[in-house]
Amino acid sequence: MPDTVSNVVSNATFDVAVIGAGPAGLAAAARAAESGARVAMVDDNPRPGGQIWRASRTPEPWLRSQVEVFSGARVFAAPEPGVLALERSHSNLELRYRSLILATGARERFLPFPGWTLPNVMGAGGLQALAKSGLPINGKRIVVAGSGPLLLAVAKYLRGHGADVRLIAEQADSSAIFRFGLGLIAKPGKLIQAAQFRAGLLGIRYLTACWPIAARGVERLESVTLQRNGKTWTEPCDYLACGFGLIPNVELPALFGCRMSETGVAVDDYQQTSVAAIYCAGEVTGIGGLDLALVEGEIAGYAAAGKPRDAGKLFAARKSNRQFAGALERAFAPRAELRNLPQDDTFVCRCEDVTYARVRQCSNWREAKLHTRCGMGPCQGRVCGGALEFLLGWKPDSVRPPVLPARVGSLARPG
Amino acid sequence: MPTLRLRVDGLPIDVPAGSMVSAAVAIAGASKFRTSVTGQPRAPLCGMGICFECRVTIDGRAHCKSCQIPCEAGMEVETDA
Repeated sequence: MPDTVSNVVSNATFDVAVIGAGPAGLAAAARAAESGARVAMVDDNPRPGGQIWRASRTPEPWLRSQVEVFSGARVFAAPEPGVLALERSHSNLELRYRSLILATGARERFLPFPGWTLPNVMGAGGLQALAKSGLPINGKRIVVAGSGPLLLAVAKYLRGHGADVRLIAEQADSSAIFRFGLGLIAKPGKLIQAAQFRAGLLGIRYLTACWPIAARGVERLESVTLQRNGKTWTEPCDYLACGFGLIPNVELPALFGCRMSETGVAVDDYQQTSVAAIYCAGEVTGIGGLDLALVEGEIAGYAAAGKPRDAGKLFAARKSNRQFAGALERAFAPRAELRNLPQDDTFVCRCEDVTYARVRQCSNWREAKLHTRCGMGPCQGRVCGGALEFLLGWKPDSVRPPVLPARVGSLARPG
Repeated sequence: MPTLRLRVDGLPIDVPAGSMVSAAVAIAGASKFRTSVTGQPRAPLCGMGICFECRVTIDGRAHCKSCQIPCEAGMEVETDA
């Protein structure tokens, strides 16, 4: 049945438009609204909260009645300065703004290995998101693998909902994590969180310097083969929850021409990007966790609403959280051996089913796209991009609209 | 907890209100959400609208990302479209 899609041009101009309703976006919208700005918040999920606060009541302290929330809406283009083109399920919208805050967050880094395309091999955050969305996991045997503190949070959540978490396989060495642990002593709040985590994880094997090398099964996952200290063994399981840390969602800032840094989008003290009146906050500027995302969001919100003095009062808090982020990145950096995970016949691009052998014959992203269609499918390189950056050192190509697949009708502007 | 009923590949499924379509497909027992261009079974990877592996047909509308769409009573969901 053909859809009726209406194209709507919003008459209102917002002082501040916030893209992303995770912690950074919510904090930004709240502070901007409190400062007297007319604020719109846009998010592609059905409800505000982002991934970390998915299906929870935690965002409520940050939700302000003055903020106009556009949920289930995707930004797919910026047709002219000060205008965003949004696609919703049955309508399109053009939204006008004076300042823009991009709080697009992060996604998991996936690394290809044999069998990673089997049903029930998911991201670590991916499986948690699905469980929060109603997937029953009670009694399911789950291996949690990859890297970073997210694995612990996910394992704790899954176990708390009745799953049989067989083990956590962390690719980093115990020495690196130990050094990171020592760094926590300077942050009492983080230490308390760590202790609470340990209590929830009691009895789950936590193996460092361990990673999955293959997932096996016919129609769906049946077991995962793991490697540690040169030994391999196979764990039968129903789900593999596997993610190798987080990478920032920089596609939208790139579309606006924002300059990048080593860690994400480059910003100044006020979270402003290289483009005037466009701010970035949270994981998109570099992976740093919840506390950093909130304080960056607050700073961006004040600054975008014309309250730089209020923003400046938060610089010290941001600095200490950034130090924590740096320690985190060093401790959980992916080890070089993980570059050997994909075999010749392993698909790297899951949208177009392009093997590692074919991609590796190319010398850069552009060539791979033209010759193999790698990165040309619906996800537009969001999954294989993070993998190939690690495997082959390829930096992402330029971003062109539409930044995500959009309906043909959405691309034709009214009038 | 209130539940609602929808159909996945013709099979009636009851899910808690607030569940996403992806959960309903999994509850229905389907491990395959879609078939890849070389014929492989695929199912959700990222759970958050990035990977497009969770695509299904909802009420005749193809390529819907089931991880981001809440279940509604009476929905007709088809996998492997």
